[in-house]
Amino acid sequence: MTEAADEVADLAPDDVPYSLPWRVATLVHRHRETATAVTLDLDVPGWRGAMAGQHVDVRLTAEDGYSAQRSYSLASPASMGMAAGDATSERIALTVQVVDDGEVSPYLTEDLELGDQVELRGPIGNWFVWHPADPRPVQLVAGGSGLVPLMSMVRTHAARGSSAPQRLLVSVRSPDDALYADELDRPSPAVEVTRVWTRSGPPGWTGRVGRVDAELLRAACFPPDVAPRVFVCGPTTFVEAVADALVDLGHDADLIRTERFGPTGV
Amino acid sequence: MAIVSRGFRGRRTTDPRLPPGQYLERGFPVLSAGPTPRADLTTWTFSITAGGSTRASWTWAELQALPADDVVKDIHCVTKWTKLDSSWRGVSLDTLLDGVDISSAEQFALAHCDGGYTTNLPLADLRDGKAWIAYGYDGAPLRPEHGGPARLLVPHLYFWKSAKWVRSIELGTSETQGFWERLGYHAYGDPWKEQRYWGD
Repeated sequence: MTEAADEVADLAPDDVPYSLPWRVATLVHRHRETATAVTLDLDVPGWRGAMAGQHVDVRLTAEDGYSAQRSYSLASPASMGMAAGDATSERIALTVQVVDDGEVSPYLTEDLELGDQVELRGPIGNWFVWHPADPRPVQLVAGGSGLVPLMSMVRTHAARGSSAPQRLLVSVRSPDDALYADELDRPSPAVEVTRVWTRSGPPGWTGRVGRVDAELLRAACFPPDVAPRVFVCGPTTFVEAVADALVDLGHDADLIRTERFGPTGV
Repeated sequence: MAIVSRGFRGRRTTDPRLPPGQYLERGFPVLSAGPTPRADLTTWTFSITAGGSTRASWTWAELQALPADDVVKDIHCVTKWTKLDSSWRGVSLDTLLDGVDISSAEQFALAHCDGGYTTNLPLADLRDGKAWIAYGYDGAPLRPEHGGPARLLVPHLYFWKSAKWVRSIELGTSETQGFWERLGYHAYGDPWKEQRYWGD
């Protein structure tokens, strides 16, 4: 992975250490994705731009000074390298999935109103990133709201006109839980989308319902011999199972990047 | 001056053992950059190296034969969760470093792991009862996704310093940045000073 880190540094323009001050972000648009997920468009003056796949820390502060921080992935395409001050370069989108019994996500998805401000810092995470200069085929594998940072990669791929072949495998419980469904139902010609329903498919669905397994990964993903760069994001159990199965199928572990969240039950 | 979020109350689980910006977590989340490596204990070794040569090395059986500590520690992940009173079993770095020939100029350590992960820390942070090579968690062998068969445990720093799947510690006379440290995270990582990222 150290060699791979060097490769990231070569591809990314952003390998010089920088500091990440808290910035004030203003909510300019909100879009409900599902019953439990909302996309927040925020204007962030001074935003330095981000690579596809990165996240930010959001901080909420109560009137008495109590504060809480959480991390959220950027859903917007990479804005790295765009002219400072460009309106789009200082606007970001976060998709927030409500966490049961969560402290910050219910406020962001239910209470935050247009014009309200929050503090955030970022971008963070210079590893789980895809750079449009990377010519390798790109295999994206998402479980649930793990789709968010991968959607940034899909959007970046489209926005930059990348010619790298790109496939997206999305595991989602049911159509009601599907993020970005409209956008992915009319994909750009360069991204192939495979959906896996783990609980129930759309009305009239007669195909398979169940978890992602090795057979499905073999059928839906680029084969190991084209050496795709693979990004896997989702709950820990999903990421563990998918990454293990991909290695078993012959994928090079050094080309697989993972981002996990959620408890393991240990 | 912080922006006040109207109507935000929060959970208010304050605890003097919770560093700034952290929240209490009862599970044990997993974070790693790639697939979980598969270790073969028949060929596994843990080594202390410097300048390209091995100063000391232990097989799995030799490590198990060393005196072990059972320690209960709070752990703090840079992704904001803190887990209080986690139970570990492992060999103190004091035990491992004792008897290894180390020059006074060798003040820096870089941990190397299966899968290629590295992390750097001052040698002083591995001494004086502050660090272990841990192979047990909660009364059972450390599971692979949590760093088994063995991980570095340095609970006074953010948990990415407690490198999973550790195989060697390389001593040096200057600081070499590790994996996350080169990718945006703080070189030292003191949770009480909230040293999460570059420039903190």
